[in-house]
Amino acid sequence: MTAFAHKHLLGVETLSAEDLTTILDLGERFGEIASRPIKKVPTLRGKTVVNLFFEPSTRTRTSFEIAAKRLSADAINISGSASSTVKGETLVDTAQNIDAMSPDIVVVRHAQAGAAALLAKRIRASVVNAGDGAHEHPTQALLDCSTIRAHKGKVAGLKVAICGDITHSRVARSDIFALRKLGAEVHVAGPRTLLPAGAAELGAVVHDRIEPALDGADVVIMLRIQKERFGTPLFPNTREYSRYFGLNARRLEACRPDAIVMHPGPMNRGVEIDPAIADGPRAVILDQVARGVAIRMAVLYLFGGGEAES
Amino acid sequence: MPRLPPPDADLIERREILDAAGMARVLKRMAYELVERVGHEGDAIYLVGVRTGGAYLAARLAELIRASGDTPRPTLGAVDISLYRDDVFRGLPKPEIGPTELPEPIEGRMVVLVDDVLYTGRTIRAAMDVLGDYGRPRAVKLAVLVDRGRRELPIQPDFVGAAVQTTAGESVRVLLKERGEPDRVVLRERRPS
Repeated sequence: MTAFAHKHLLGVETLSAEDLTTILDLGERFGEIASRPIKKVPTLRGKTVVNLFFEPSTRTRTSFEIAAKRLSADAINISGSASSTVKGETLVDTAQNIDAMSPDIVVVRHAQAGAAALLAKRIRASVVNAGDGAHEHPTQALLDCSTIRAHKGKVAGLKVAICGDITHSRVARSDIFALRKLGAEVHVAGPRTLLPAGAAELGAVVHDRIEPALDGADVVIMLRIQKERFGTPLFPNTREYSRYFGLNARRLEACRPDAIVMHPGPMNRGVEIDPAIADGPRAVILDQVARGVAIRMAVLYLFGGGEAES
Repeated sequence: MPRLPPPDADLIERREILDAAGMARVLKRMAYELVERVGHEGDAIYLVGVRTGGAYLAARLAELIRASGDTPRPTLGAVDISLYRDDVFRGLPKPEIGPTELPEPIEGRMVVLVDDVLYTGRTIRAAMDVLGDYGRPRAVKLAVLVDRGRRELPIQPDFVGAAVQTTAGESVRVLLKERGEPDRVVLRERRPS
């Protein structure tokens, strides 16, 4: 029996290793549904999932929508540009209006860290954080762990290198939390201007060059430079960035011969990753996307139970 | 409200319905009946066990049918009904979800659902919904080791190992060697307080 004590999924930080394993195990079961002739089970029939996205997204929004539909929930998508916030309504007002229509789960993405936690306090529905500013992106970390576990058979004891713009990356934060809880050794690397002050406190080994992070790594996670999250330039230009921090065939040789290469997307080909690597045999980037649907099904299943689970 | 099954600790054994020899005898008879009644209708019998108890019993029946050598080797599959239950969000702990494995298409086949205990019929209703998502069998039959009555849906078994009258407070437990227990079927009731 699966006991799950959380009503909201706001971040990985508050989950235990056991919670993570529960979600990963369930995700593996849900993965099978994608291979059925009818890719749908009736589990969440009659439940309503609202995808409230105040930031652009194709992958995550589509993934949550497909996950909800494969569980027979009704999924409604609201994007920031189409919402009343452009008319001056606050986030909480928008969410409370939606909540008044009795959805069971609200999946929220917002540019502000803490947006999901704020909504969780103010609405009755379960809140699933689909990315809040540079804070957390828990389902991405879960699907990353699911991908690693599928390819490596385990997470504990692996060396995982996360490279690029660490400061502005909610994926990096959630990944560090999840990977550390599951027992991996996490190394982060990036230009000093893109390395946050507290990365070491989260349990990651911090490097200002990419080579020591890649040395003997089992898993490499490349991150995009999130230019939209900073005003003044934090590195000279993309060509120089690519020369020092881009993943290419030569740098990949420093990793273990069976290392896998991951990227949460969107990918900037030729900047943080050489197209030959992105399309090469070591890349599992599209597998991450496939597993994302199964992980989000597991999350909606576990968090869609309302008060029965609390 | 769904009926919460009483916790194991609150139950005491009242009588044994089947011992190991009895279970072996009953399964052998069921295998013969399966061969006789559906074993000669074209394709091999497709036994589909309902996880977890029914899946073990389906595997045993498949072996017995194969050993009889009287009919094509049966196909063996298993369904997990966790995602098709009608009480997923009614306060019960969420069950572990096992894989559904149907190694051959069920389209046009004679499918025999196998379960350990037939009670309300809700599990079988859910199992039929799972099958419906995989294709359209020619026919679906139901084989159960124990029919304990008290149905809540219009579902009846085609092959029955043992039928017993029970009350709602009682519990029928099938112990199987596949789970590391001696083969037995016992009727239990709530400990007098």
